[in-house]
This record gives sequence, C-alpha cells and structure tokens, in this order.
Amino acid sequence: MTRPALGLYAHWPWCARICPYCDFNVYRAKGADTDAMTAVLTGHVGLWAEHMQPRPLASLHFGGGTPSLAPPATIAAVIKAADARFGFAPDAEIGLEANPEDAGPERWRAFRDAGVERVSLGVQALDDDALKSLGRMHSADQARRAIALALEIFPRVSIDLIYARPDQTAEAWEAELEEALGFGLKHLSAYQLTIEPGTAFEKRAARGQLDTPEEDSAAQFYEITQQICAARGLPAYEVSNHASGPAHQSRHNRLYWTSQDWIAIGPGGHGRLWADGDARRGFALARRPDAYQAAVSAGELWEEDETLSPLDAAREMILMGLRITDGLDRARLRAATGQDVDADALARLTGQGLVAGDETRIKATRKGRPVLDYVAGALCP
Amino acid sequence: MSTAPEKIRNFSIVAHIDHGKSTLADRLIQVTGGLTDREMKEQVLDNMELERERGITIKAQTVRLDYTAQDGEHYVLNLIDTPGHVDFAYEVNRSLYACEGALLVVDASQGVEAQTLANVYQAIDVDLEIVPVLNKIDLPAADPDRVKEQIEDVIGIDASEAVPISAKTGMGIEDVLEAVVKRLPPPKSGDPEAPLKAMLVDSWYDAYLGVICLVRVIEGTLKKGMRVRMMGTGGVYNVDDVGVFKPTKTSVNDLGPGEIGFLNASIKQVRDTRVGDTVTDDRRPTDKMLPGFKPAQPVVFCGLFPVDANDFEDLREAIEKLALNDASFSHEMETSAALGFGFRCGFLGLLHLEVIRERLEREYNVDLITTAPSVIYDITLTDGETVELHNPADMPDPVKIDSIAEPWIKATILVPDEYIGGVLKLCEDRRGIQKELTYAGSRAMLVYELPLNEVVFDFYDRLKSVTKGYASFDYQFLETREEDLVKMSILVNEEPVDALSMIVHRSRAEMRGRGMVEKLKDLIPRQMFKIPIQAAIGGRVIARETLSAMRKDVTAKCYGGDVTRKRKLLEKQKAGKKKMRQFGKVEIPQEAFIAALKMDSD
Repeated sequence: MTRPALGLYAHWPWCARICPYCDFNVYRAKGADTDAMTAVLTGHVGLWAEHMQPRPLASLHFGGGTPSLAPPATIAAVIKAADARFGFAPDAEIGLEANPEDAGPERWRAFRDAGVERVSLGVQALDDDALKSLGRMHSADQARRAIALALEIFPRVSIDLIYARPDQTAEAWEAELEEALGFGLKHLSAYQLTIEPGTAFEKRAARGQLDTPEEDSAAQFYEITQQICAARGLPAYEVSNHASGPAHQSRHNRLYWTSQDWIAIGPGGHGRLWADGDARRGFALARRPDAYQAAVSAGELWEEDETLSPLDAAREMILMGLRITDGLDRARLRAATGQDVDADALARLTGQGLVAGDETRIKATRKGRPVLDYVAGALCP
Repeated sequence: MSTAPEKIRNFSIVAHIDHGKSTLADRLIQVTGGLTDREMKEQVLDNMELERERGITIKAQTVRLDYTAQDGEHYVLNLIDTPGHVDFAYEVNRSLYACEGALLVVDASQGVEAQTLANVYQAIDVDLEIVPVLNKIDLPAADPDRVKEQIEDVIGIDASEAVPISAKTGMGIEDVLEAVVKRLPPPKSGDPEAPLKAMLVDSWYDAYLGVICLVRVIEGTLKKGMRVRMMGTGGVYNVDDVGVFKPTKTSVNDLGPGEIGFLNASIKQVRDTRVGDTVTDDRRPTDKMLPGFKPAQPVVFCGLFPVDANDFEDLREAIEKLALNDASFSHEMETSAALGFGFRCGFLGLLHLEVIRERLEREYNVDLITTAPSVIYDITLTDGETVELHNPADMPDPVKIDSIAEPWIKATILVPDEYIGGVLKLCEDRRGIQKELTYAGSRAMLVYELPLNEVVFDFYDRLKSVTKGYASFDYQFLETREEDLVKMSILVNEEPVDALSMIVHRSRAEMRGRGMVEKLKDLIPRQMFKIPIQAAIGGRVIARETLSAMRKDVTAKCYGGDVTRKRKLLEKQKAGKKKMRQFGKVEIPQEAFIAALKMDSD
C-alpha cells in the first residue's frame, strides 16, 4: 500500500455561545485562557512529531468550536509548529472554520497571512428568523457581507447551510440556496438539521416544542439541494458537500472519507493512523479543555488509544468510503484489511439499484445516496 | 429428641409486596440467633437471585427459630415464608396448611392492599389464628390507628392488639416473638409412636443433594435411615437425612408430631414428588391418607423461541432443567413458520411467565422471543367434540366450531378514590362486569369479573399507569364462559405472522386490530419498498396501514471525530439484526413483537 496522506486536525473548543443543535465538543469562551491553550497546542504538535516519523502534511484544519475566535497569533503559531515539525506537502490545504459575526478585514487578513488559504463560513441560513431560531448571533446581512469579504481575502471559500429547519418550506429553501450560490462560491456544505442527543434541540423536541420535518419532507429537501446545486455547477461529491470540481473539494475532509491518516490536537480530537504492518490505530484526546491541557503538559499524547480489528477497520472504510461519490476503494479495502463487503448485500443492493460497482470500486447510486446509512450498514461485514 | 408439640409454633407471614415481610423474617432470624451478623445476608429467605432482585418470594421457604420466651420456656418456632403473588397463590395455600397461625404484616402508612386481602382470606379459610403486625411504624407517615380500623373494616379481624414494629430498625421484634408464643396455638399433639403420617409441604431441587422435601409431621416420628413411602405417587425411598433449616441446613435425629423439617432421600426429580402427598413408614404405614391438594394448573400460555435458531437445543435443555424443579410449568414443542422451533409453555400467571423467561435468559443464557400470552379456550366443535386450545395458531377451521368458551376471573382492586375513574374505564374497556364498589376511608375497593385474556394483555401495566402505581390488584378464577371469540391474524406484506395472531372478542377485534397495525407501522423499520400491514379475521381485513418505503436515512455530518461513534452504532445495529425475523421480504425486529403486545387502549 502506498503511504497514506497525513492530515492534522486542530480543535478550538470555545464558542461565544453554544448553538442549540450542536453536539460537538464545545464550551463557552468566557474566561478561557487562550495563551495557555496556544502553548499546549503547539507543544502537542511536537509530541506527535516525536511519536511518529514526521512526513509532510497534506492538510491542516482548524475546527471547533469557533477557531475564528482564536487570536490570529495562535493560528499562526500552530501553522508554524506544524511546518517546523512536519512540513507541508506542495498542495497542502490549510483551512479554518469561521463565524460571520467575527468577520473583519484586519483579523481575517491576519489569518490569511498566517497561511490559512481556505475558510468555511458558518452561515447556516440567509433568513433572520431562521438564524434566530438556530441560536446564531449573526444576521443574514452580516452573513452576506462576510461571504463577500471572505471571497476577497481567501483563495478558497465554502459556506455551511442547514436545511429541513423547523417551519422551513421547500420554496424558501430553494430561494435561499439560489441566493447562496449566487455569490459564486466553489464549495458549499448543506446539512440536514438533525436532532442530536444532549443538545438543547433534543430537549425541546422531547417536550414537543420543536417541529422538524418528517422523513418524507427531509427527502424532498435533500432532492432540491441535489438538483439546484448540480444545475448551478456544484454537484455533490459527498452526502452534504458540493464543489465545482476536484480542486475545490475539501482535501482535509477527503482524508477522513478515504481512510487516510490523521492526527489531532485540541480537546476531544480523534486520530487514525495505519500503523506498521497495516493495523489501524485510533486515538482520542481528553474532552475537557482543562483535562486536555493538563494531559498534554504532562507529555501525554492521547487519552485513549485502540488498535482496530481488521473487521472494525474495514467497517470504518466502508462507512466513510461510500459517502463520497467516487465511492469505496474496494481493492484497497481488501488489501488493507483482508475484509470485503458483504457479498449477499452487494448483490441485493445492486439489484435494487442502490449501489453500482465492480471488484475495484463500489459507489452508492443517485438512488442509494439518500439512504446511505442503510446501504453502508448492509454492506459492512 | 423431638420437641413437645406445646413448645412448637408453626406460622407464616402474610403481607403485601413491599410491606416488609422479608425484612421482618430476617429480623426474627437475627434476634433468635439463627445467624451471626456477619452471616446475615440481606433477606436470607429470598435466596433465588431473581427473588432478591424483585423483592418477591417464589418458592416457599422455611426456617426454625429457637426462642427462649419471657416465661423462661424454650420454644421452637417454625416460620414458613410464602410467596405473596397471586400467581403463586397455590403455593401459599399449601404452605398455610402446615401452620397454625399467621402474622399479618401491614405497612402502617400504606394500609391494606389487594394482595394482603387475598392471602389473609386464604389463611382465615384454613382456620389460622391471625396476629396483625403494623410495620414501618417509625416512618412519619405511619398512621396506626387508621390502619387498625381499616384492618377491622376491610378484613374483619380484631386489630386492637396489633403489634407495632419497625422491621428496619428492629423495634418491636421481641413483641412479635412473644405474640407468636402467647397468641398462636401450638400444633395438635399427635402420638410420636403412631405410624408416621407427614405432609409433603414443598419440594425443590438441590444441585448436590437431589430433591429436598419439606414435611410437616402430623403423627409418628420421621427418622434418618427410615424407608418412607409417598402414598399418592407410591414411590418408596430410603431417608438419607432428616433436618431443619436454622436457616442453614442442620441435621437432626428425628422429627416428631407438630415439627417441620426436611427429608432427603435421593429423589431425582421434583416431578416424582407431589405436594400435599402423605409421607409414611413403608413398613408400618398409616391407615389414612391426608386429603392432599389438586396440582396447580397452568392458565397462561405463550411460545418461547430462541432468537438464534441454533440455540434451540440449549433452550430445550434449559427448559427441561427448569421443569424438573417447577411442576407447575408445562412445555411442549412448537414449530412456527416465523420463529422456527420453540416451545409452547404454560404458566400459573403472568409473573410466573416473566420469572421463567428471565431465568432462562439469565441463568441459562438463552435469548428468547416471547409470543403473545394467551389463555386456554374450550372449543366445542360442531360434531360435539371438545378441544382445549392453548395456541391461537391451532385454532380449528371456524366453520367446524360450534362455540368457544374462555376463562373469567374475579378481580379485586384497591385504589385511592381519586384514581377510580381511570380504573373503571380500564375495566369496562376490558369487558369487565362490575360486582362491587365499596369505600374504606379514602380508598375504594372494586370487584370486577373480567375475562382472563383481557388481563394477560398488559392489564397490570395499564392499571399501574392509570393509578400512578397506587392500585393493588389480585384475582381468582371464576369459571369459563361462552363468548363470541374470533381469531385475528396479522399480515405483513401479505404474509401472515403467526406469532402475532391472537384470539379476541369479536366486539373488540376491530379496535385491537387497528391498534396493532398502527403500532406495527411504527415498530417495523421502513424498508426499500412499501409494506401493507393488515389485521384480518378469516379472509376479511378489518384494519390496514401502509408503511411507506424508506426515503431518507443518511447521517448529515460525518468527519474524523465521528468515525468511532458511527462504527459503534453499526455494531449495535448488527447485534439487533440477530434479533430480526424475516417474513417474506420483510425483516421485523424482535422488539416489534414484544412492543406490539403491549398495547395502549387509549
């Protein structure tokens, strides 16, 4: 097997306010010691470099939380540390998630100067009422201005939108999506709103105070998204991700979907590495910022690690690999894990027109993608 | 040396679940020195894991307490612990026959419950002397005067000298022991030299010793080495050991008239013994047998199938082992198109069913699918022949049926009066006929006649929910009545699911059918195609729902941090898949079977 590409994920755990639908590892920013975190993050990069044979990074992604709230100096320090200890591959992606309300030419230029070449903006909606009900702090106009500014400053810009929101109509979503695509974006992530355990929305839904669309209308929203994005030149390359061509896809996220290597710094981060002898190893970092900082300061690389069985490694490859329209690299699945997709399920699902493929590659079809969890689950051995 | 009858007291404790029977028993053992504190395990008498966990007693247990009373005399007190639940009423009954008296334990704040009533009436029926005991007297909510009054009003016995205690703190335990000595009669004296006549009170299986028989000696003397004959079954055995439980097993030389103890005689199966049988000396038999008891008959039936068809042999072995020790549980092989090979099993009631099911899953590690509980229907065919129907799947062709009769029960429900509306509605919905409605203070006592098949169908759960758990319920069998009963089939994607077919009253069929198909629509996961779900009587569809095809099932966000969670979720689904059953093209999860049978009628 050729050496997998390596990515680095940096988690910035703090937000000005916690969104009611978000189940990520996030904390209120009030009182956070960003200087201490900066030192720990850069130190953690060094620890990883000592643990493994460093090789150039294909990507570095700042996620969160709200990494755009981090001081530009922090972002710069992490990029510098990554460059010093690992180096970057020639076409490396350095991306950062940002919120429209922190948009500012000076701040964003500082990010750009530090090396950030791609931003994904948490626009979520272009409708003031919807933004309010999603618990967002920005207005639709602020979002519009932020998009324009991002396009001016960063070479690559993506925005996140959320659909199938409470009370959203199909017509409204069409109009909103059209407007978003009108900015000339080359990348768009459109996520169906899902109610996740432990979120404020879950509590509201349990009390019957939150109406989200039924399965059938969620399917309709998904269809609209597929059609409009494809018609405007941004076909889906993953379940929720659309780009105007391979160059504009998220290279960092592709590492996940194609089961490459990635390491993580920052509270609650997860990593995966193909170890020598091809066993897949998984890592998880301490979730709470204080616990994370204490652990890394004590020289601990991770809180938990496991060696995946070939079966588990294969399942992850299948679950992730089928999400992209390129599909699952079946030949690599077999080579790396000795496992294969379930032959009966493959025959059945092929017969139902949900998947297509051959010995080397299996893809979910247009019909199979909306029910991908079912399809991938069935194909897993 | 056996004890003189006048120094013996044989008694049991009658109480509602939770009113502290086991705690009191433990205290009595502790105070009389049966066990040191260190040996004292919580609730010694409930020694089955399941019994301890649920706080219920299933098998009768006995313990001998050595007590020196305030009069300076030494007494032997035999406490026979009895099951409290209606399903085991039969075991209660036969245990009471071995006693002369009973302690009626009532929670001093909760008062009399339905279960207390049923058990205390049984005790009164066999002429036991009853001493009321008010437990949990230390709790702030205790209201002994009100409860005494209630005991007098509802049960009709004198409660003026009720013994106030707290089994938890140990308060009043000596008073209980004194009351046992002073107020309960000793056993009738019998001639120790007469031919042996003893009653077999209970028997159970011990992995090391084989079957252990609990006996009450009426006359004569039971000795080690004796050759005994079971007069009913005709079996003859050499007595290897005779002893008592203190509560640890302790051998004694002999047991004389009035005494209770065990005998051990290398009997292989519990089925070889018959409770109520007369044990006598084979060489010098007594001339008159004791009247004995009718064996307990199963009244609730259901199918038990292994989740994994490969486990059938394990299930067979487990069921046979359990049956060795539980003569009231019946089983025969059954084949279901949907579920494969399994057993049709009969139980004394729903709790018995649940206890057996749980023991099979827990002690024998077999995962089970349980089909809808049903009762015995007496079917008269047009040719005059009668058949007993235990399984809806065996229902004869309706054109050959002349009539069907079903068992009815008399149910007693005690409930705080604010919940009475819900209880009345529930009983009416279940075809109940009201017989009595009386009040004792703020509590109502309802007596209803109800068809048993309406009760086996989640009646307890519904009763609990409409009364927030404040109702108590008990029942006894009444008779079988001819009713307009039909078999309702459930079809999923046009395929009948035999495990879900049931016998219902015609007037309730449509409602039950509609409820069932609606429920199944939510329980069966969407598949890639549309699925009709129907309820039918014969060829006529009485309710129908359509499960739409799956349209959207995909996780929106899935990045590096989500992989582990996603894989774990898959593992769970794969494990659940083992519990899926294939019906034609459709997979039905096991939960759907279980949940479909727990139906809300509102």
